Amino acid sequence: MKLARRVFPHPYLSALLLLVWCLLNNSFSLNTLVFGFILSIVTPSATANSWPDRPRLKRPVLVVEYMVVVIWDIIVANVIVAGLILFRRTDSLRPNWVSIPLDLRTPEAITILAGTITLTPGTVSADVSCDGHALLVHCLNAEDTDAVRDEIKDRYERRLKEIFE
Amino acid sequence: MAEFFQYVVAASLVIAGIFGIVGSFGLIKLNDPMSRLHAPTKATTLGVGGVLIASMVHALMVEHHLSVHELLITIFLFLTAPITANFIAKAHIHRHCTAEDLPDPAPDARWAGLTEEEADTPDAQ
Amino acid sequence: MIIEYAIYFAAFCFGSSLLMNLWKIVSAEGVGDRVLALDTMVINAIALMVLFGMWKGTEIYFEAAMLIAMLGFVSTVAYARFMLRGNIIE
Repeated sequence: MKLARRVFPHPYLSALLLLVWCLLNNSFSLNTLVFGFILSIVTPSATANSWPDRPRLKRPVLVVEYMVVVIWDIIVANVIVAGLILFRRTDSLRPNWVSIPLDLRTPEAITILAGTITLTPGTVSADVSCDGHALLVHCLNAEDTDAVRDEIKDRYERRLKEIFE
Repeated sequence: MAEFFQYVVAASLVIAGIFGIVGSFGLIKLNDPMSRLHAPTKATTLGVGGVLIASMVHALMVEHHLSVHELLITIFLFLTAPITANFIAKAHIHRHCTAEDLPDPAPDARWAGLTEEEADTPDAQ
Repeated sequence: MIIEYAIYFAAFCFGSSLLMNLWKIVSAEGVGDRVLALDTMVINAIALMVLFGMWKGTEIYFEAAMLIAMLGFVSTVAYARFMLRGNIIE
């Protein structure tokens, strides 16, 4: 166990490095896999000093569900925002700032939440508060800021909290 | 079967093109600087994403060889798009916004990117 | 056959997107809008390059698209940092 910790200080990072190496080479042959495996051992242990703590996933299976939800939301929101841009006069839109108080505490989870909010068209995460307890989000068209806040908290933050904490 | 996937590829290419052009049109049409920030996220997600998925399906189903470079570009774009958007938004807040323009940062005292507070921290000089 | 026409259509869309972004770069009143338009331009250029690779049936253009994606990201971050601080490397 201790040896495994020493060889793989960041198991997810190692797996990701192996995957990216295979994708870069555009092949999954034995040559690529062996050299990618060597890289995925050397790189994390060489940089382990700059990454003292590792992110913990409590329930990694739920990541798949989260990704499906996000991709579906991206498609739906794209259609909605395209309609807003094409068929609404610009002065009838209500661009608005929304402040979202966060229940998440791990930095990785907050980063993923902010990235998800930005990738979904219609909302862009702009800033976090100085101690990281609230997220500033800009909405393209929000008559009801409370509804936007509740939807983000219920749809994304609840799932991320199950995955990470 | 290849016939069917040809239609899939063509459909996703057309959808991607439409969403790409709508994103850039929004960049011209919208008049609020923060609203314009929403345009590139549209062009990235369904625009480029659609083209890359079409290219992958095209290589696999029509030309019969596996090509996974597209997946790498998609992952890279989806990782970097929020970061660039966040940087541009931060620059906008830093230059144009005051604490009155933004909503209350409920549990904390202030937003991290505001101008007058930044002058207080020693490393800003 | 139908794929070829779809590629033409998508190339037309992304090409005119590039022109619109260029127009925005020229006509924008602030630095922030210019950086934003440049960022969108990079994204559209990636799409156009992948389309060209599909049209020609080669894979070389993916490497180019990958490089443009990386350079575009780094340059946008550098521009945004320049707007924030007034210099890039302190």
